[in-house]
Amino acid sequence: MFAAAGDSMLSHGMKQTGSISLNHLQGVIFAILNPWVAIGIFLLLAFFATYMTALSWADLTYVLPATSLGYVILALVAKFALHEQVSPMRWMGIALITGGVGFIAGGPELTKHGEGGALGELPAVPPAKSPLLAEDARNGAPSGVEL
Amino acid sequence: MKGIYTWGAILVIVFASVVGDVLLARAMKQVGDVGELRRRVGVLAVIGRTLGNSSFLLGVAAMAVAFFSLLFALSWGDVSLVAPAAASLTFIGNAVAAKIFLHERVDRRRWIAASLVAAGVALLAG
Repeated sequence: MFAAAGDSMLSHGMKQTGSISLNHLQGVIFAILNPWVAIGIFLLLAFFATYMTALSWADLTYVLPATSLGYVILALVAKFALHEQVSPMRWMGIALITGGVGFIAGGPELTKHGEGGALGELPAVPPAKSPLLAEDARNGAPSGVEL
Repeated sequence: MKGIYTWGAILVIVFASVVGDVLLARAMKQVGDVGELRRRVGVLAVIGRTLGNSSFLLGVAAMAVAFFSLLFALSWGDVSLVAPAAASLTFIGNAVAAKIFLHERVDRRRWIAASLVAAGVALLAG
């Protein structure tokens, strides 16, 4: 589910950046009437809507790096569709962004809920949590039995 | 002199877009999970709720400020300086702001991710 949402978000982001670069190629004066710009504006809106949706269930610090994959996709599109030269510096940039996004994507939690402050000590919590939960269950079970 | 203008504009861009992002994130947390809400109250109600949120409107205004200061910065400085500097500083600024104002738990993993992405964006856009 997250992957699907992320994918749609990123593809929108990619198209958004893509249309902006097309935007720059055109003269700004004629830009308003240009169909590319209309498409660009539409995609920008779509990107914004998906970005907002993602923000509604994930942390800002999670969503923001993820949207930067759009830069990577843009560079790859430039390379393969537009046959632009991608310099080693840019490949390094692509590698860094991908690494960074992989870092959070493999991260502990997408969303940190306010009440879930316990998520803070991830290494400590899972071992501590299960006995607690077991205790809760044990405490809960007798009361259930009494009822 | 031009350098000072350019960096000033870059700082304004970074500040405005960080403020915008934080406000938008807060707005969407107030609105709630969009997927879940849509099932319960419908798309239009979700859109209405979002547009009626004051944080959302302020966030959009801050984003507009960021966009226009970007235009100013581009008129004073080179794209190859302004775009990567503004973009990568925004990532770092957002991590700090999210920690302080949204109380997000920015652990070492997220700091590393933010720095990696910021460096990558600087390289890509540069």
